[in-house]
Amino acid sequence: MSPKISLKGVTKSFGPKKVLQGIDLDVATGESVVVIGGSGTGKSVLLKCILGLLRPDSGSICVDGEETADLGDSVRDRVMRKFGMLFQGGALFDSLRVWENVAFGPIQSDGMAPDAAHDVAIAKLGAVGLDPEVGELYPAELSGGMQKRVALARAIAREPEIIFFDEPTTGLDPIMADVINNLIVKSVSDLGATAVSITHDMASARKIGHRMAMLYGGRLVWQGPTSEVDRSGNPYVDQFIHGRAEGPIQMQVRSL
Amino acid sequence: MSVPLITLLGRMTLAFLEAIGAVSAFAVQAVRFAIQPPWYRQQILRQVMEIGYYSLPVVGLTAIFTGMVLALQSYTGFARFSAESAIPNVVVVSLTRELGPVLAGLMVAGRVGAAMAAEIGTMRVTEQIDALTTLSTNPFKYLVVPRLIAGIITLPFLVLVADIIGVMGGYLVGVYKLDFNDVAYLRNTIDFLQFQDVFSGLVKAAVFGFLITLMGCYHGYNSRGGAQGVGMATTNAVVSASILILTFNYFITEAFFAR
Repeated sequence: MSPKISLKGVTKSFGPKKVLQGIDLDVATGESVVVIGGSGTGKSVLLKCILGLLRPDSGSICVDGEETADLGDSVRDRVMRKFGMLFQGGALFDSLRVWENVAFGPIQSDGMAPDAAHDVAIAKLGAVGLDPEVGELYPAELSGGMQKRVALARAIAREPEIIFFDEPTTGLDPIMADVINNLIVKSVSDLGATAVSITHDMASARKIGHRMAMLYGGRLVWQGPTSEVDRSGNPYVDQFIHGRAEGPIQMQVRSL
Repeated sequence: MSVPLITLLGRMTLAFLEAIGAVSAFAVQAVRFAIQPPWYRQQILRQVMEIGYYSLPVVGLTAIFTGMVLALQSYTGFARFSAESAIPNVVVVSLTRELGPVLAGLMVAGRVGAAMAAEIGTMRVTEQIDALTTLSTNPFKYLVVPRLIAGIITLPFLVLVADIIGVMGGYLVGVYKLDFNDVAYLRNTIDFLQFQDVFSGLVKAAVFGFLITLMGCYHGYNSRGGAQGVGMATTNAVVSASILILTFNYFITEAFFAR
């Protein structure tokens, strides 16, 4: 069976800085893959290339066997319909109320009537553990954890086939992070969706991923099942998952 | 190590040309999307209120005081030649042709252009624009096109209001301070006013509306780097819109009135 998402030799540079240097990655239908790696290693760039927000310099990105790098506007809209995305900072529209944020996709893109979309939004808010009254608030009135939940509700509102999670637990306390992880696992499972997440939170990665891939130096230096990550035998992965300063990964810090 | 002057000039020229190219490409893309459905009517209406209705007080105040000062200053000059009767003519022609559109344009650039750049810039740096894309909504159509359409529609109405209020300011000073006969002042105003005076001002207003919203959207859409980037985008939006207003004002005036 062909993979849901397939990346072959994807490269991306910003000026002289080579961020991605030949990424090969296949994600099967219904699989949850977590890309781990330190800050600034290009995880977000990788995600944005798959989403079409950034155009890769070379290589191929296929979704359901369809090349997505050079799509026209109408075809891109059709492909984007398959995607849902939870942004690191939530990226909620601050001029809209919470329910309008969740109902944005159904109303603006799918042409759903506002009343029906309101019901969908309230149902999705309920699915992430938020009361209907929260729907009437504005994003600025919510805590960080609640904003993440609303962002998750918005990501799943159109019942996408593929969901991307960009640092879903960053900035949350450990308990709220676990709540979000559970919601992600449940949402992906309920929808039967394919998921690609990026994170440097190992607790989150272990919980939400069937498979992990480690990004370092613009390349995926290891891929394997989540259950194998502790005995990967890869020095980069070992250093990263144990959070050690010593090892092959050298942080760019100047001595005092 | 110092950079040679010629290199510096070359870099500045290239950067300037690059900026012109980027703005032109942005404008072409915006116009292309503006003539293709879907149109977000709610967004257009919201922007019409934001640009037009909420700018009325500041534009009205600017216009009334400009009309009053114009009448006062004209009197100071024209009284020397016993040409006081030309004051209503000077006030109405100056306002409809030049001061109405230019001052309203500059005021709206300061109020609306800055707000647009700040709002869209914040949406850019907080990934809200990327979020629009992932929700199958074209950010250009949703954010840029409604603002451009609203700017082009609304500015002429604002300028028309500014013209009327400005003439009223001149009338107040003329009649109550300079002792003009009220009927004669109004008759002189109407007799000297030509359709082309008002029409050229409205054409300018539509062009200025396009320029103000284009600059606000362009700088906001391309802002980078957090709060500092948004601040810079806001400043650039106002400065570039103001310069473009004054530049285009000359060329439109020449197109209408040069012999």
